[in-house]
Amino acid sequence: MSHYFMIFFNSVFIDNIALTFFLGMCTFIAVSKKVSTAIMLGAAVIAVEVITVPINSLLYSFLLKKGALAWAGYPDLDLSFLGLICYIAVIAAIVQILEMALDKYMPALYNALGIFLPLITVNCAILGAVLFMVERDYNVVESTVYGAGVGFGFALAICLLAGIREKLVYCDIPKGLQGVGVTFIIVGLMAMSFKAFSGLQF
Amino acid sequence: MAKAKDALLDPLFNNNPIALQILGICSALAVTNKLSTALTMTIAVTLVTACSNAAISAIRNHIPNSIRIIVQMTIIATLVIIIDQMLKAYLYEMSKALSVYVGLIITNCIVMGRAEAYAMKNPVGLSFLDGIGNGLGYGVVLMSVGFVRELFGSGKLFGVTILNTVNDGGWYVTNGLMLLAPSAFFLIGFIIWGLRTWKPELQE
Repeated sequence: MSHYFMIFFNSVFIDNIALTFFLGMCTFIAVSKKVSTAIMLGAAVIAVEVITVPINSLLYSFLLKKGALAWAGYPDLDLSFLGLICYIAVIAAIVQILEMALDKYMPALYNALGIFLPLITVNCAILGAVLFMVERDYNVVESTVYGAGVGFGFALAICLLAGIREKLVYCDIPKGLQGVGVTFIIVGLMAMSFKAFSGLQF
Repeated sequence: MAKAKDALLDPLFNNNPIALQILGICSALAVTNKLSTALTMTIAVTLVTACSNAAISAIRNHIPNSIRIIVQMTIIATLVIIIDQMLKAYLYEMSKALSVYVGLIITNCIVMGRAEAYAMKNPVGLSFLDGIGNGLGYGVVLMSVGFVRELFGSGKLFGVTILNTVNDGGWYVTNGLMLLAPSAFFLIGFIIWGLRTWKPELQE
């Protein structure tokens, strides 16, 4: 149990996908002007991560990994070079299915999420989490926990940043720094504070 | 001719993909603690953007509008796989150092953004130049951040010692912050500030 807790804790705080690996930055900066939209986007990211990371983990271990096709009579086949195109196709398909399912069964949530859902396809945080999963060779349960952790970490970071940016409206910022410039510097300071977690040992 | 020049040179400063369009920031921050990784990444992104722009522009009139994203994605993913395999074959150390960030060129918004915004509307030659221009614009920011981070973080440029560090018996005390993630954010923030002070019409 503690092993899974470690994976979760690690991916939320120590290896936070947005503040340590800089993934999903484009959305992170673009959609963090208001806390309410940030929470919405965070929820969507968590949902997509929890579904796509384990599915890609299954895909990798039963189809793409070297020797994974032994059950079909090809013990020497190594298809891992096809990985990238498969993962992105899976992500695009899952997002599309999720969108249609939400539209049919939960129209209120679908309308609230609006444009964010399709945008998640090109969010590097999703593909990044999948690639880290492959690199660290997680099994299905581990990758589900990892997906949840990464999604939660991203949601946490984007909500914090949105909170800070809402307060920033009252500040007198130099002309050239307004908007994106100062956001970068804030994210830098946030990343520094998250560095404090990196000394934690269990 | 003027149009070709604009397509190539505009993205360098006037419409820089990182500093002004805020595209493709993810990788810009992660691979800049050394100049050599920054340079490899610049070349990879420039090649992918230019080729994908040219390919998408060549078939732009045949792509049905409703499935264009998936068509663009397939073309981009194929090009990235080629780059990834080439790096693994000829520059194995470099491919290890870049780890997942090569694969992440697929979701790099510069490639997707230019395909959608430029290549779908313009002829092949111009799209190719626009791809190169945007790759270079990305490279300018990447290299300047990488320059500062490697010089002050480890006293080297491209792995060659410039400032002799205390650890090697020299005088320069390295700035550890420069090697950590947050410094990249500060540097890009300052680059944006500088660029917008130099060209006030770009301010928000």
